[in-house]
Amino acid sequence: MAIKMIRDVIRDTIDDEMARDDRLIMLGEDIVGGNGAPGGPEAIGGIWGTSGGLWAKYGADRVIDTPISESAIIGAAAGAALTGKRAIAEIMFADFIGVCMDQIWNQVAKFRYMFGGKTSCPLVIRMPYGAGFNAAPQHSQVIHQFVTAMPGLKVVMPSTPADAKGLLTQAIRDDDPVIFLEHKALYGVKGEVPDGDYIIPFGHARHVTQGDDITILATGMMVGFAENAAAQLAQDGIGCDILDLRTTSPLDEEAILDSVERTGRLLIVDEAPPRCSFATDLSALVAQKAFASLKAPIDMVTPPHSPVPFARELESAYLPSPDKIVASAVKLMSYRRG
Amino acid sequence: MQLSREALIRAYRQMKTIRLFEERLHDEIALGEIAGFTHLYAGQEACAVGVCEHLGPTDYIISTHRGHGHCIAKGCDVMAMMKEIYGSRDGLCKGKGGSMHIADMNVGMLGANGIVGAGAPIAVGAGITAKSNGTVSIAFSGDGACNQGTTFEAMNMAVVLKLPVIFVFENNHYSEHTGEAYAVGAESMTARSAAFGMKAIKANGIDFFSVYDAMRELIDYCKAGNGPASIELDCERFYGHFEGDPQRYRGPGELDRIREERDCLKTFRTRVTEAKLLEGAELDRVDVEVADLIDRAVGEAKLADRPTPQDVLQDVYISY
Ligand SMILES: Cc1ncc(C[n+]2csc(CCOP(=O)(O)OP(=O)(O)O)c2C)c(N)n1
Ligand SMILES: [Mg+2]
Repeated sequence: MAIKMIRDVIRDTIDDEMARDDRLIMLGEDIVGGNGAPGGPEAIGGIWGTSGGLWAKYGADRVIDTPISESAIIGAAAGAALTGKRAIAEIMFADFIGVCMDQIWNQVAKFRYMFGGKTSCPLVIRMPYGAGFNAAPQHSQVIHQFVTAMPGLKVVMPSTPADAKGLLTQAIRDDDPVIFLEHKALYGVKGEVPDGDYIIPFGHARHVTQGDDITILATGMMVGFAENAAAQLAQDGIGCDILDLRTTSPLDEEAILDSVERTGRLLIVDEAPPRCSFATDLSALVAQKAFASLKAPIDMVTPPHSPVPFARELESAYLPSPDKIVASAVKLMSYRRG
Repeated sequence: MQLSREALIRAYRQMKTIRLFEERLHDEIALGEIAGFTHLYAGQEACAVGVCEHLGPTDYIISTHRGHGHCIAKGCDVMAMMKEIYGSRDGLCKGKGGSMHIADMNVGMLGANGIVGAGAPIAVGAGITAKSNGTVSIAFSGDGACNQGTTFEAMNMAVVLKLPVIFVFENNHYSEHTGEAYAVGAESMTARSAAFGMKAIKANGIDFFSVYDAMRELIDYCKAGNGPASIELDCERFYGHFEGDPQRYRGPGELDRIREERDCLKTFRTRVTEAKLLEGAELDRVDVEVADLIDRAVGEAKLADRPTPQDVLQDVYISY
C-alpha cells in the first residue's frame, strides 16, 4: 500500500498500463505541453498533472499532444482504437464535450452495436469535471447524466485514490469505450492505494458507511459531502448507509435495492441539476423496484435547474452541501404517513 | 493614416486602461481576492484597440477567454467589468459569468467565451445582422482557436454567404503551453484563411498604427460587399496563460525580452513623441487619470454588493 493523491494515481496507472501494453496511446491538449515552444516539450505534463513524465518515457508516437480540436481528438482516438491500438483521450474539461459530442454519441458509442457486434473500440475518454472552483458556467459542469443515458458507453466516477486505480485499470483493459470522469476537486485527495495489479470490475458500488435509517446514494465529490453529513447525523442517532456507486453505467442495482429494503428511506445526492438526471433515474429505479419498502418519499439533494454561476456566494448556494444533506435526512426521518 | 490628437490620445488611453486593468488584476489575484480562472490580456493592447477604434456600437465583436482587452476597447464600462470579475451582483453580468464571460450587447460586445473556437460561428450570425445594417462583425480568436473545426466552418460559411465578417487572429505564439509552431499546421493563419477564399493580411500586433491602418482597409473592403476578410496579428502576452501558470514553456529571458522590446505601449509612446504628434507630458497625464480610474474601480468592486442565494435563480426561464 502506498499513500497517493488521485492525480498521481491517474498518472501512475496510465504509466503502468503503457508499460504493460505497447498498443496503448494517449492523446490530448497540453498532455505534454511545451511542444513547439522555447521551453521545450514536457513543460507541463497535462494541466491537471496527470501525464507528467509519460512523453519522455514513451515518446511522441504514444503520448500525443494535439491542437485544440476536440472533435478530431475523439475521432482520432476512436479510429486508432478501431484499428488495433488502445487509446486514452483527454478532454481538458468535461464541459468541452459539447465540441466533440458527435464523435462520442453517434460514433464511438454505437460502433459495436451498429456494426453487428463485429468491432471493439478500446477507448477511455478521460474528462475532469465538476464545480467548486468558481470556474463559471462553461468550466464547472457535470456530464455523467447525459453520457449515462447513451447506450454503448460505460461511465465511471471514482471518488478515492484506490478506486481511481482499480477502475482506471479496468477502463483501459476494457474492450469497449469508457467515459472516465475525474472530479477536479478530488485530484488532491490522498488515500491508500493497493500495489501491483489492481482491478475493480464495473457495476459494483462501494459501501462507504453502514447504517439502518437512510440509504444515501452518491458519486464523485458528493460522496465526501455525504460522509460529512452522516458523521453529523450519527451524533443524533441517525444511521446512514452510504453507497458510492462508482460506475453509473453499468449500475449496481442490487446494492441499491438491498440497502433501501433495509433502511426504507432513500436520499440521492447528485451534482447535476434535478431534471432528467442520474438522481431522477435512481429515484425511478427504487420507486419501481422497492416501492413497498419505502417509509418516506424519496428525496434528492441537487443543484437547481440553472447553469453553474461564477461568484463564490452563488456557486456555494448552487452546490449540494453537507448541511443540505443533513436537512434532507432530518426531513426524511420525521416523515409520517398522513 | 493621419489621426487627430484627440484620436491618438483616445487610443493611448484605451491601451493604457487595458494595461493597468490587467496589471492590477495580476496583483489582486495574487492576494487571493478574486475567484476563478483569469486570463490576462496585457501585451496585446494594440490589437484590441487598433481594431475597435474603427467600430461603433452597432458593429459587433465576439471575444475569447482572454477577453478583458476586447471588452474595454469596445466600450464596456470598466467599473462594471471590475465588479463582475470580483463577483458582485452589480457586475456587468451580475456575478454570474465572471472574467471569462463578460458581455454587453449595448456596446456590440457579444461576450468573452470560455469555449475555444465558439466565437467565430456566432460572429458569422452577427455578420448576417451587420450586412443588413451596413456594419461589420469581428471574431477575435487566438492561434490556438484557429485550429478548432468551428473556426474552419465559420470561415467557409462567411465566404459562402459573403458576409462582412473579419476574423482577427491574435498570434501570441502560444495556446496554453503549446507553441504555435507545433499546433498550426498551415504556413500561417493568413495562408489558411486565404485558402478559404477570403482576403487575408498580416499586421504587426505590437504597433497600434499597423493594426489600425490594416483594419481600415479590411473594414472598407467588407462594407463594400466583398465578403469576409482575415488578419493575423503578431503579438505577445506578458503574463501566463492564466494567473498561476508557471510558464515553463517560455525560453530563458523571454519575458524580460518581450517586455523590453515588444511592448505596444512603449512603441506607441516613442512613435508619437518622436514624430511630435503628442507631448510626453500629455501621455503622462493620461497615465495618471487611468491609474486613478483603476484604483476607483478596484475600490468600488471590493465594497460592491455581494450576490445572495436567491440570485442563483434570477434570469432562468423556470426554476425547479
Ligand atoms: C473547446 C475548448 N478546448 C480547450 C480549452 C482550454 N483552453 C482555454 S484557452 C486555450 C488556449 C487558447 O489558445 P489561443 O487560441 O491561442 O488563445 P490565447 O490563450 O493565446 O489567447 C485552451 C486550450 C477551452 N477553453 N475550450
Ligand atoms: Mg495564443
